[in-house]
Amino acid sequence: MTAFLVVLVIILFGVAVWQLDKIFQMSKSEGSNDSEIASDKDNNINGYLMLGFVFFTYFLLIYCFWKWGDVLLPEAASEHGQGLDDLMYISMALIFFVGFVTLWLLSYFAFKYRGKKENRALFFADNDTLEFVWTIIPVIVLAGLIIYGLFTWTDIMNVDTEDDPMVVELYAYQFDWRARYSGADNTLGEANVRLIEGVNQLGVDASDPNAQDDVVVNELHLPLGRKVLFKMRSQDVLHSAYMPHFRAQMNCVPGMITQFAFTPSITTEDMRLNEDVVDKVNEINRLRREKSLGLAAKGEEGLEPYQFDYLLLCNKICGTNHYNMQMKIVVESQEDYDAWMETQPTFAEVIKK
Amino acid sequence: MSAHANEHAVDHDGHDDHGHHHKETFVTKYIFSQDHKMISKQYLITGLFMGIIGIAMSLLFRLQLAWPDHQFTVYEIFLGKWGEGGVMDPSVYLALVTIHGTIMVFFVLTAGLSGTFSNLLIPLQIGARDMASGFLNMVSYWLFFLSSVFMVLSLFVEAGPASAGWTIYPPLSALPQAIPGSGAGMTLWLVSMAIFIASSLLGALNYIVTVINLRTKGMSMTRLPLTIWSFFVTAIIGVVSFPVLLSAALMLIMDRSFGTSFFLSDIYIAGEVLHNQGGSPVLFEHLFWFLGHPEVYIVILPAMGMVSEVLATNSRKPVFGYRAMVASILAIAFLSTIVWGHHMFISGMNPFLGSVFTFTTLLIAIPSAVKSFNWITTLWKGNLQMNTGMLFSIGFVSTFITGGLTGIILGDSALDINVHDTYFVVAHFHLVMGVSALYGLFAGVYHWFPKMFEGRMLNKNLGYVHFWITVVGAYGVFFPMHFIGMAGLPRRYYTNTNFPYFDDLTDVNVVISVFAIFTAAGQLVFLYNFVSSMFYGKKGPQNPWSSTTLEWTAEVKHIHGNWDGPIPEVHRWPYDYSKLNKDESDYVIAGQDFVPQHIPMQDNEDEMDH
Repeated sequence: MTAFLVVLVIILFGVAVWQLDKIFQMSKSEGSNDSEIASDKDNNINGYLMLGFVFFTYFLLIYCFWKWGDVLLPEAASEHGQGLDDLMYISMALIFFVGFVTLWLLSYFAFKYRGKKENRALFFADNDTLEFVWTIIPVIVLAGLIIYGLFTWTDIMNVDTEDDPMVVELYAYQFDWRARYSGADNTLGEANVRLIEGVNQLGVDASDPNAQDDVVVNELHLPLGRKVLFKMRSQDVLHSAYMPHFRAQMNCVPGMITQFAFTPSITTEDMRLNEDVVDKVNEINRLRREKSLGLAAKGEEGLEPYQFDYLLLCNKICGTNHYNMQMKIVVESQEDYDAWMETQPTFAEVIKK
Repeated sequence: MSAHANEHAVDHDGHDDHGHHHKETFVTKYIFSQDHKMISKQYLITGLFMGIIGIAMSLLFRLQLAWPDHQFTVYEIFLGKWGEGGVMDPSVYLALVTIHGTIMVFFVLTAGLSGTFSNLLIPLQIGARDMASGFLNMVSYWLFFLSSVFMVLSLFVEAGPASAGWTIYPPLSALPQAIPGSGAGMTLWLVSMAIFIASSLLGALNYIVTVINLRTKGMSMTRLPLTIWSFFVTAIIGVVSFPVLLSAALMLIMDRSFGTSFFLSDIYIAGEVLHNQGGSPVLFEHLFWFLGHPEVYIVILPAMGMVSEVLATNSRKPVFGYRAMVASILAIAFLSTIVWGHHMFISGMNPFLGSVFTFTTLLIAIPSAVKSFNWITTLWKGNLQMNTGMLFSIGFVSTFITGGLTGIILGDSALDINVHDTYFVVAHFHLVMGVSALYGLFAGVYHWFPKMFEGRMLNKNLGYVHFWITVVGAYGVFFPMHFIGMAGLPRRYYTNTNFPYFDDLTDVNVVISVFAIFTAAGQLVFLYNFVSSMFYGKKGPQNPWSSTTLEWTAEVKHIHGNWDGPIPEVHRWPYDYSKLNKDESDYVIAGQDFVPQHIPMQDNEDEMDH
């Protein structure tokens, strides 16, 4: 692929140089075309190229979808994510429609009205009706989008405590994540970076009774169908907790606690069987096998096959290893989750050791 | 008001007529020049030089993104100890994206674009002998030059240049423990930007005063070309918002050097707790984006103005809906100052604020849509002269539409949750403000090159080659980028292959980088054309594009004072292209499809209210 593209770029560059040379020749030989002002011939050539240009844009778009449609995120794995995806599809349909039409008009007019000596342009300075129409249409369409968007946004951001969400702290630091479960009392113990000491990596207040049953882990497990309220903290600089499969993101800000809540709706196991995910994983594994062959030739160990997992990524520039700051998320049934939780030591137990 | 202004302008004449008898030395003519035409060329050439650095940086990190496992000797050459063995160091990757952003946004698209053309066109198009204050204008350029020097110097600092992203969010930018670039590199960055802001303010105040006070007789505000309207409004936005960035920079300097806590609180880093308490990084984000968002309009409005002008001239038609165009410039300018929060939907600010900013942000789509429709209608039934400036103007409308439409997604707080800070954003703003503004810059350079270089014109065929390489290449770079963004790939990642999930994006990245190299190579054609035409370009007629505006009535040879005789008086709006006489038998001036602004109303034409 790479070799092909390198060759392609060399060819394209060659074509460009060749065209340049040709143009030089043309400009030298033709005495009449001495001016640097566009002639009818230039208008004609560039008019046709403009028409070609709009087809190039369409082609590029369709090609991207055809070639790379499978790299996109699979269906949302959270309850609010479905609504977000619907809003996304509606907005996308709208912008594709508007984009297709306006780009067509732009290029078609550029082609149709390309200049000729004998032609005369129309003195058309304004038209109130037209302008009113194309002001009012965006107003109406955008009003609809704004209202739809705001309802969706408010639903996501306003956490209803009556749902009794499970409270989990996400703790970011250069360059890793920790999660702190609030335990049986569903209340996080107080914490501050000033209390960081030894194994108490998150600065949890050991004297706070609410903190005793807290559980600190480095792999996030979530029970299916239970609303989770994440409380985010950062130890040093800005980070952003980005969980693309759940359509969830919130910055982690030193000095304040931010929050985001969602309900996971698809377990990791089920997501691995999702058609899009299967395709994506197969493609990744194909690439990894190719790479392993290369490594094997050099006498190095090959890569292990990849298995899909949900990820929490850092999505705010946070330092040199920003690109390598992620945590695995596992969504599982309530029973599996409870079994896993059983095996984790509480904060009180960790401190005692 | 207008009568008073005219008297003033006339006063000025006598003074300047006297002025240009003084003998000019090399230093006063080429270095410390107070002539707006020379200052505009200084801005342009400094801007282009910075642009070369900025684009070269983008090529380096595009190589890294497309071929992360490959070793490139070019890293060793340009990055020295950060590219040893042909492997790019992760911290220098961040430095490259940071400085690329800073240089392109501020040094190329703000100073290089608005600085160049405001200086060149404001006096020439409103019929003034020079800027209101030639001296301040000179100071403004030399401050810009000084800030460029500091920015370039920061690249050679021991621990590396600023690398906290061009938005320099603290605490990352405040703490050298957090990233090496936040030491001396960040200090120089802040110094450079502080000087830049001073330069930009002096320039902007000068533009405002000049447009208000020095318009020639008959040049009412409603007869101003759209270029001047956009430069004028851009300068106002600059005056309103740049000082806020200065305050943010000053507070950051204090947090860094004097132990204050404006933006810092509860930080444990490198094994110790910092004393800072009570500050908030979110405050910095507000201050930064209070400038940062208007800044994108500071970048795009001058481009819009020039594109309107070039489109009308080359379509041989009036720009459609002049009043709507002016109104939309004003609407965009007003809205631009109340939408900054859309960069901060998920910063931790109150979600209700997010709702308000979604509302104002999507409103800005309305004047933008009006402008796009009006440009398209300007082409309709025109007699399009495909000069290179015209092609770039059409290219501008195209990228402004494609880039602007994805803004509807990003401006919607709910949808922003999942694409925030991904490559989707990178693709969006590069198309809508980066590439579009560059097209505006190119349109301006091709169109007004004869005005800058005493009648010499850029080679049109090289111009066509440059244009077609650029438009095809730019879409090739930024169209696929939307896809890797929608795949959930965060921006500012040194490599995407450190964990397997994004492995399948590698070939998209290769395509993007190949197009980037191709497009950048195309810019060499422009550079060659620019330099060679500056010295050997063919001289065209005084008014090569048959344009109506006043600059083409000024002397081709540059003289201090622009017009050898009296300043022309204005009798009509600037868009009398292809206007017919009363009985519609011919143009108003027989055989000539345009009526320049200084021609009085003719007996055989209808006076129109535009």
